[in-house]
Amino acid sequence: MLEIKDLHASVDGKEILKGVTLSIGKGEVHAIMGPNGSGKSTLSYVLAGREGYDITGGRIIFEGEDLTTMEPEVRAAKGLFLAFQYPVEIPGVPNSTFLKEAVNAIRRFRGEEEIDAIKMVKMLREKTKALGMADEMLKRAVNAGFSGGEKKRNEVLQMAVLEPKLAILDETDSGLDIDALKIVADGVNRLRSPERSLLVITHYQRLLEYIVPDRVHVLARGRIQRSGGKELALELEAKGYADFAEEAA
Amino acid sequence: MAATAETVERVNILAGEKYKYGFVSDIESDKAPKGLSEDIVRFISAKKNEPAWLLEWRLKAYRHWLTMPEPKWAKVSYPKIDYQDAYYYSAPKSMKDGPKSLEDVDPELLATYEKLGIPLREQEMLAGVAVDAVFDSVSVATTFKKKLEDVGIIFCPISEALVRCPDLVRKYLGTVVPAGDNKHSCLNSAVFTDGSFVYIPPGVRSPMELSTYFRINEKNTGQFERTLIIADKGSYVSYLEGCTAPMRDENQLHAAVVELIALDDAEIKYSTVQNWYPGDENGKGGIYNFVTKRGACRGRNSKISWTQVETGSAITWKYPSCILQGDNSVGEFYSIAITNNMQQADTGTKMIHLGRNTKSKIISKGISAGRADQTYRGLVKISPKAEGARNYTQCDSLLIGDKCGAHTVPYIESRNKSAIVEHEATTSSISEDQLFYLRQRGIPQEAAVALVVNGFCREVLQQLPMEFAVEAQKLVGISLEGSVG
Repeated sequence: MLEIKDLHASVDGKEILKGVTLSIGKGEVHAIMGPNGSGKSTLSYVLAGREGYDITGGRIIFEGEDLTTMEPEVRAAKGLFLAFQYPVEIPGVPNSTFLKEAVNAIRRFRGEEEIDAIKMVKMLREKTKALGMADEMLKRAVNAGFSGGEKKRNEVLQMAVLEPKLAILDETDSGLDIDALKIVADGVNRLRSPERSLLVITHYQRLLEYIVPDRVHVLARGRIQRSGGKELALELEAKGYADFAEEAA
Repeated sequence: MAATAETVERVNILAGEKYKYGFVSDIESDKAPKGLSEDIVRFISAKKNEPAWLLEWRLKAYRHWLTMPEPKWAKVSYPKIDYQDAYYYSAPKSMKDGPKSLEDVDPELLATYEKLGIPLREQEMLAGVAVDAVFDSVSVATTFKKKLEDVGIIFCPISEALVRCPDLVRKYLGTVVPAGDNKHSCLNSAVFTDGSFVYIPPGVRSPMELSTYFRINEKNTGQFERTLIIADKGSYVSYLEGCTAPMRDENQLHAAVVELIALDDAEIKYSTVQNWYPGDENGKGGIYNFVTKRGACRGRNSKISWTQVETGSAITWKYPSCILQGDNSVGEFYSIAITNNMQQADTGTKMIHLGRNTKSKIISKGISAGRADQTYRGLVKISPKAEGARNYTQCDSLLIGDKCGAHTVPYIESRNKSAIVEHEATTSSISEDQLFYLRQRGIPQEAAVALVVNGFCREVLQQLPMEFAVEAQKLVGISLEGSVG
């Protein structure tokens, strides 16, 4: 599904990623953990193609295609989704309008027929209901005035509607209390499938109690320092990241 | 204006110097010579078989116009207008001047029609193509006219109203916007050639939205349009002006006047979509849209609501206003102004509170992109007698890129202690975060900009009648094409 090979990336001329190599297979759930400032969010932005995050070396291969020079919307159309750490507010644009635009933009790109308004409403309601959310969510302006928990749930709703092949969850647990975390994790788990891969980026182990990964990687100082099974997360929880700072040094 | 001059010159040559021996006596002809004079004013009045009082009114306006200075306070700049280098009567436009078919029309214009989903027939009409066949909309218009007549509504060209109901026209014309109000309205009063007249009898709710759109093919009324709408006691009307399709017009100077009168318990809702040619991206060409629009809430509990979507013209100078005379009367102004490339707009409103417990609401959304400059200019005036008056004003500006400008100039004059006046203003820009977020969801850059801007304008778009709103949303996106990235 996703092959990252010796990826180097800079922001404002400063190298943040210094040779990340990672391979995620179809249907697998990988977690990337690491201390603050290790390059976790940079990695998610680079994968999604954000401007100002310059790839200076290496490659990203997604479903056999090199993503490196593709526009963000093209990557989205190819099935890459990023759940934002800080979802952005778009005042005055109802969630339903936004989702309709997104779904049809992607369908147009893929050469598929657009979904008409009536079918769209039906589909959006089903997805909302399946995630245990109120229809009200669709009428409200995108993230405007949402609580932290609502914003994260809205990210999950978008993921459910867009049905990506690969979803990157960037610190989805940040700012959530335990109840909100459970609800969001539950939503994500419903979207797990043998066809869909997940890359869960997190600072804390607790999210991984609810979204259980197949593999855990430690990102520190711009590189994957260690990889292992889900037990690695527990080890990190106990010991902290200090070891990795030393190992890397 | 050069293009018009050329065309008309050419036509004149073809016509064999028809006007060589003076035009004043020759009222059968289609054109007056270039320039503005008393004779031209008389010529126009004679062409329209107007009553003597109206000619006198026009002449008075003309003489006053000569003495008036051009308004200089707006934040717009343009070269001095040579009023003698224009034609003031060349209507009805000869079809042979226009393009012969859509193949002769600017492909960019056609591409825009395409995007707006305008049917082919209407495309031809808008582009001024000479079409022999009768438009479908003529029959539609006739059906509508019948329906309106059944309830006693008069909706016709103002020249026709002078024949059908001269007393009504005489009673109200120039009572809201006096001829000498400003240089542009004064010019309009002297030389207006047509426009709409609406009268809604007491207690009648107009069974449909009245739209100038149905009248487009009847007459070319762009340049010095004069509109007069009277809503008699307890009546209601919603009036739509303009259309979303970009309109070609050879005349650079547009100076329209719109007067609205609402009597006791009457309500007028006036919606405009203005999309005249804005000029090219370097500011070449484009319409000067100098419009005076004003409504008088004469009666108790009356209401006038202006909604405007201004996306076209090289220069927009426009302040749809309300004079809140009747007690408990309500004035509203909802505005979206979009300027891109080299466009300039100085627009806003005046709310003049005279009666007791009068209320006004101003919601202005300005979007500036490219190298465009835009100003919101508004006046809220509370007179000493306007006990309990209330105003709420909200002015939001959105900037796209770093070469455009947005300015807000609110004037508040309150002479009554019981009045409550609120003013809120914000300036923001479309953030990189918003665009990236939308693009990450698969929405391409330009569509993302359109979406954010439509969200920004939502409160105003919601005021528009349904079909108009859908078109206006598309127009917002199209107006901003090429503004980012």
